[in-house]
Formats: sequence, structure tokens, C-alpha cells
Amino acid sequence: MTSLWPRIEPLLAHVTKPARYIGGELGACEPDHGPGRVAWLLLYPDTYEIGLPNQGLQILYEILNERPDAVAERAYAPWTDMEAAMRAAEVPLFSVETSRPAADFDILAFNLSAELTYTNVLNLVDLAGVPVRAADRAAGHPLVIAGGHCAFNPEPMADFVDAFALGDGEEVVGEITDVVRRWQERRSTDGTSSREELLVALAGVTGVYVPSCYEPTYEAGRLTGVAPRARAVPEKVEKRTISDLGAWPYPKQQLVPLVEVVHDRLNVEVFRGCTRGCRFCQAGMITRPVRERPAAQVDRMVRSGLDRTGYDEVTLTSLSSADFSGIEKTVTSIINDPECSGQVSVSLPSLRVDAFTVGLAAEIQKVRRTGLTFAPEGGTWRMRQVINKLIREEDLYAAVDSAFSQGWQRVKLYFLIGLPTETDDDVLGIAALARACVEIGRRYHRNVTVTASVGGFVPKAHTPFQWFGQNTMEELRRKVVLLKDAVRGVRGLSLRWHDPEATTVEGLVSRGDRRMGAVIEDVWRAGGTFQEWSEHFDLGLWTGALERAGLTLEDAVYRHRPEDEILPWDHVSAGLHRDFLWQDWQEALAEHGLEDCRWTPCYDCGACTGLGVEHVVASSVAPAGGSQGTGQDLEAGGTVPVRFLATSTHAPAAPVLAGAAAVEAGG
Amino acid sequence: MKLRIRFAKIGRVRWTSHRDVARMWERALRRARVPIAYTEGFSPRPKLSFGLALPTGCESNAEYLDVALREPLAPEEVTANFSCLLPDGVDVVAAQVLPEGAGSLQEEVTSCRWEIDVPQSDPDALSEIIARVLGAEVLSVTRERKGRPVTDDLRPSVLALSSTGSCGTGAVLVAELGTRPRGVRPAELAQVMGIDLGLARRTNQWIERDGSRWEPLATPAADAAVWERAS
Repeated sequence: MTSLWPRIEPLLAHVTKPARYIGGELGACEPDHGPGRVAWLLLYPDTYEIGLPNQGLQILYEILNERPDAVAERAYAPWTDMEAAMRAAEVPLFSVETSRPAADFDILAFNLSAELTYTNVLNLVDLAGVPVRAADRAAGHPLVIAGGHCAFNPEPMADFVDAFALGDGEEVVGEITDVVRRWQERRSTDGTSSREELLVALAGVTGVYVPSCYEPTYEAGRLTGVAPRARAVPEKVEKRTISDLGAWPYPKQQLVPLVEVVHDRLNVEVFRGCTRGCRFCQAGMITRPVRERPAAQVDRMVRSGLDRTGYDEVTLTSLSSADFSGIEKTVTSIINDPECSGQVSVSLPSLRVDAFTVGLAAEIQKVRRTGLTFAPEGGTWRMRQVINKLIREEDLYAAVDSAFSQGWQRVKLYFLIGLPTETDDDVLGIAALARACVEIGRRYHRNVTVTASVGGFVPKAHTPFQWFGQNTMEELRRKVVLLKDAVRGVRGLSLRWHDPEATTVEGLVSRGDRRMGAVIEDVWRAGGTFQEWSEHFDLGLWTGALERAGLTLEDAVYRHRPEDEILPWDHVSAGLHRDFLWQDWQEALAEHGLEDCRWTPCYDCGACTGLGVEHVVASSVAPAGGSQGTGQDLEAGGTVPVRFLATSTHAPAAPVLAGAAAVEAGG
Repeated sequence: MKLRIRFAKIGRVRWTSHRDVARMWERALRRARVPIAYTEGFSPRPKLSFGLALPTGCESNAEYLDVALREPLAPEEVTANFSCLLPDGVDVVAAQVLPEGAGSLQEEVTSCRWEIDVPQSDPDALSEIIARVLGAEVLSVTRERKGRPVTDDLRPSVLALSSTGSCGTGAVLVAELGTRPRGVRPAELAQVMGIDLGLARRTNQWIERDGSRWEPLATPAADAAVWERAS
């Protein structure tokens, strides 16, 4: 037995939240690492509380542990105090289940969900005692692989990761296991099989990108291509897509941790993919097409999950759960189940903005009613047409009116600033919308709170906005100040914003090419871990590293890309045609919205046709209540219906409501 | 109707916090479909009340929990079925129906008995320290509270100290610590005694009134069984 526990336990008395390091979750496996079994260590490069609930990781954990030829354990990033204690005591990174050293595993598999966690990946590989650069690893070292949404621009991490898995992981983890097991068998018989042979074999698996098999070329400081080094590897790596979510009812044994974590409740994925077509949304673009889980299976997973875990809250997860066919029936059957005795609440992330959705929320949040959150994203109808989030003023005000009239007193609104073509009027439109919502709330309650939460937009790979030059840090700061001034003194309205510095660094890493690896390594070597935590984020580390690498924010982040520029991720595919994305980018600039293709004719984005899969949607019509580009009169998008005007029936809404708010604040 | 449950917390699970243990119990009670009473209002919570918080990192075989029920439930159901619904190391020792009008654990418990491993120390040396500490008029500790240093005297709460035998390379300190004017944690006791703190186990909580004392839920038989399993 190779457990490090006797050396770990003495460290625990001196660190914060020691239970992060003890495992013991309901549903955890303590697998038997027999010979002939490929050992996976699944890692989330952030703290235990953030990483444990990750559904992707839990799904793969179960699928691997069900295989006779694989075992899987988990590890998370130790907090800085634990890391210091481990380094001082020379305790390497270990698994939470059996406290086994990370370097004893065959595969270290990382979930990449956020660019600012990349330095943590390097730190974890280093804590494992494995060379951080892929080129420095020998045959005896574990294979370092990575998947998750950020893998769709693999280049910034190409120097550190041996192989990326693109798209859905359910099937490909088995194929990777097969390749590794066969290579190990050959190696134990002939003793010569090299790491290169393994990497080339992996590059032959559909959906697997092995950076060392590809060579980037540059000219005058600009990327000119990333081409295969050998004929055996594909020129373009396609993502993996499971065609039937119903065939994968995972997790079956969702982990229930001993300590409090984020999203600490039962999660049941109701569909994967989204075709709302919001142009800023990478998740919606790279996970197409829509694949719904059969409603009966959702019911079974909810019921057995609640029974097993003892949770009193379930989230039906997806990118827009109110779009699930028959959502009303599904949620009412959960809350009316006598077994749940009225104590189970259901939550739907990413509520669609319309009154129907609020009605649904009112029904399902009978217990523990929290605030409601809507994401109009843009402050004006023009802006929302550009980003293809087709929420009319009427839809938002009806949703908010419905929420306040049904007893909610807190509403949160999510917006983006720094969007393509954005003017100051669009930015100020955010303040106007939020104030109007406060006004509507006051008709029902003395004290209402409307929180406008504002994030800086970061263009992402494989979206129509991938060519857009991100707003500068200074411009984002200026827009935040504009908004702060516009909401100052408005009672009941609070403004929150994301740090423009962190937004800039996220933009730097998300669209970087392979040269960004040197920057990431430099920041890590200077101690820059946990960069997504505001108390640890350090802009100076990044700008210094950028300068040493001979790169600039102007070129890497702020510059608009022309149509013919080779993008660092052009050799990996999320199934979307580049032509479709460019066309959609032009539509955006022309302020044209597109309806959801689930219920309208195909735009030929490439996802269904190229992957040979189809939408799996139980309902042939758009959900009741419509909105966001289904069943609405979009001509009237920017007009505010008379019933939502506070004091005047003809003047445009925003100024009137703004005036009213100012008077009240002054008095 | 209220049930009082006594349980142990032993092994790796000792690194979880008091709050974590409360959440484990909430989930276990729901899994067992125990008809718990809930608070009223928009955010109903199950009516559970725990006694004195056990510091993170300590073991215990004398933890208590009072559960308010909507419908009657036999205590035997809890003792027979609950340990398997709780994480490894959290085990039910006993359960009883609480008489009407019984005081809460927080109000009633007057002292706790602890067994504390003192590494790198022998029983004789420990006895000397004990004599010195018991002879002291004042035992002050300073801690930060709301950003300001606050000094407390622990002496009134240090009711009895003794040294019993050895454990590995150290000695075992037995301490009885009062809960008033305030409870004393093993780490604070170790600080005023100037000793290293090893594993600390709470073995009993006592209610003392009118010259006699008793446990919130006495279980001599179960007591022995749990310690046997743990060792």
C-alpha cells in the first residue's frame, strides 16, 4: 500500500478547512489498483469546494471505475497553506480516496473550465513530481491529458499537456484507456515502447489532439499555421459527440461531500447543447446539437438521487433548462411527489427571460425561495440583436413584473459590457433597464433590490465573436465608471462588476497561440497560482511575463482579426463551419438576430451534418411563452408596452423612469 | 416530540467541522425519512439542535443532538439503522425520547471530560506541569475578536487535570473543563500549559446540579464498545 496518509494527517492541524483533503464522500470509490488496470487521476485545478461538484469529472469518474481495465481517483488543488505544508514536508500531490501519490497514476487528467486556472495545472503537475513541460517527460511519467470547454483552444497549454480530449468525454475515455493499456502491455513484454509511440497512437483516436504531433509556424510575429508533423495524424481534429444522452445516465452515484461545496445539491443534466445561438456564448456553440434526456429518465434520476443522497434541493442542469420539452410536467411531478413531503426545491439555472419562466419558478420554489436571476446581457434592443439574445424590453419587464407580483423582492440581472459595436448608449441602457426594474418592483414592495451584475466580455474560440478585438482594460474601466455614475443614489439598485484586469488576462489566455505557454509558465514560476481568486490575482505577473515573451496586449487581446487570419484553434473543430461563424459575425454587425434552429429551419452551422447526429428534442414546437427569438413579434423589440410605463404613456421608457428614480433618490 | 441522540466522531472524519456534522445529520435524517419538524417561513430548516461545538480535529464519543419530530419515532430505530447512513466514523451510540420541558444541551451541560495525547512528554513531567497550572491563580489567553485582542482567564473553567499513563512516545492528559463562564478548547488548554497538543478526545459531557451529576444520555455499555472499535 502506497498511502501517504500517515504523512498527510500531521499537516492537517495547521491548515484551513482540513476536510478538503480527507475524501470520504458518499459515492466515492476506493478502487483496487491491480495490474492490467489503467489508473486515472482526475484533477480539477481549483479548490476542493469548487472542483468537487463538477459534473463532467464525476461522470468520467463513474464510467472509468465501471470498467474492468481502469480505476479512477480524484485530486484538487491544495489551498496555498496546504501546498506550503506539503512542500515543506516533501509530501507530493495525492488522491483524496486512497492518499496515493499522483505520480503513481498512469494518467493525470485535468478538467479545463476556466483559463485563469491554467497556472494551477502547472502547479499540480509540479506537486506531483512530474516535469511541467510535456517535452521533458519520460516513458515512466504519467500521461498528462486535459478536456473541458477550454480545450477548444488547446494551444496556450500545448507545451504542458500531452493530449487533449475535445468534446463529450463519455466514449473517448474508454478509447484512451485501451490505447494506454495496449501500450503498457507491449512495454512490459518488449521493454522498448517509447512515449512517442504512445502519443502517436493517441493522436489516432478521434477527438484526441496531441500537440507534439503538430508544428506551429510563424511569419513576422504572426501564426501562419499549425500542421501535422507526420502523415499518420489528422490535419483537423474533430470533437467527440455522444448522440444519445439517454444512453449515459450519469452520474448514477453523485458524490455527496462531507464539507460544504458550491452547488451543494443534487444535479441532473436534462439536456446537453444549446441552439439559442447567443453569439458571445462559447458553451452554446461548442456543445451543439441539442440532445435532451428522456423525461422519464430525468424523473428516475431525480427520485433515486434524492433518496440516495438526502439532498433537499435538485437542479435540472443544462444551458437553458426552461427549454427542456415538458419542463413544467417534470418539475411539478418532483414537487408534488408525496415522498418529498413538500420539502424539496427545484432550481433551474439560466432562467429564460419571460413571464412563463417566472410562473414556473414560482411554482417550484415554494420552499426556500431565493432571488431570481435573469440574463438580458445587453442594455438595449440593438445590442441584444447584435449578440443574438433576442429578449425584448417587454419580455424582461413582464418577467420582472411577474416575479415581484409573486412575492420575490430580489432580482438579479446579468449583463456584459465590451460587446461588439457597443456604444455608451448601450452601456447606459443597462442602468436604465435596471432602474426600470426597481420601479416595477416598488409597485409591489416597499423594499426591493435589483442587482445589476456586469461582466467584461471576452471573445472565445469557435464563436462568431472570435474575430472581435476585446475592449481594452481602460475602456472597460471607463464603462464601469459610466455605469457607477448612472446608478449612484438610486435606492434599491446595486451594481456589481467583474474586475477588468482579470477580464483582460482571461482574454489574453483564451485566444492565445502556443507562444502563450511561456507566459503561463513564467507566471506560475513567479508564484502566480489561484489567479481566478481576486486575493491572489496579480496583473503585474502577467504583463511582466508578456513583455519577456515579446508579446503585447494590443496584438494578442485588443486587435480585431481579419477573415483570412489563421486562428490558433483552426486545426481543431467543434463541428461548426468557419463560414457559418464568419457569416454570423457579419449578421451581428448588421444587427440581425437569428431564431433558434430547434424549431426553425437549419442554418447549416455544421454541427448536425458534420457530426452525423441530430437534435434530440421531444417537442416539435417552441416552449410555451416563447421569447428569445421564438414566437415573438421582434419588430417591437425595443418598445416598452404601455402597462410597464410608470408615469407617462408616450415618452420613451428609460428617460421617464430614470427621471422618476432620480426624484425619489433626491427626496 | 423530541429525541436526544448520542453519537461518536472518530477517525478521519474528525477533520470535518461542527457545521459539516450538522449537515451530515440533516441528510441522514432525510435519507431515513425521519419525520423531522421544520421551522416556519420562507426558508424552512429542520429543527435540530446540537450541543457544544466539537473543535475541528478532535474526536469524541459524547456528541449530542436533539431532533424535533412531527410524528413519534422509536429511539431503537435510530440506534439500529442510523450509523450506516452517516459517514464512516460517525456512529450512533444511544437515543432516547426527551421528556417534555427538558432543557437544551447548550443550557444544561456544565463540563466536559477530555483525554488529550501529549506527544514527546512523560507522565512525570506532565504531572509537574499540571501541579503548576492548578496552582496558578490566573491562566490568561489572548485571542482576536472582531479585530481586537481580548484576554480571558481560563482558570475558573479548568476544573480538574490529571496524567494517566503513556501513549506511544507521550503521555495522556485527562482534563475536566467547565463550560462557564466560557468553554475551554483543548488547544487553549495546551497553550496555557505550554504543551504540544496531540489527538484530543471528548469522552463525556456532564450536567452538574445540586451536588450530583449525570450525562445528557448515559450509555456505559455502548461507550466501551465504541472505544474498542476505535482502538
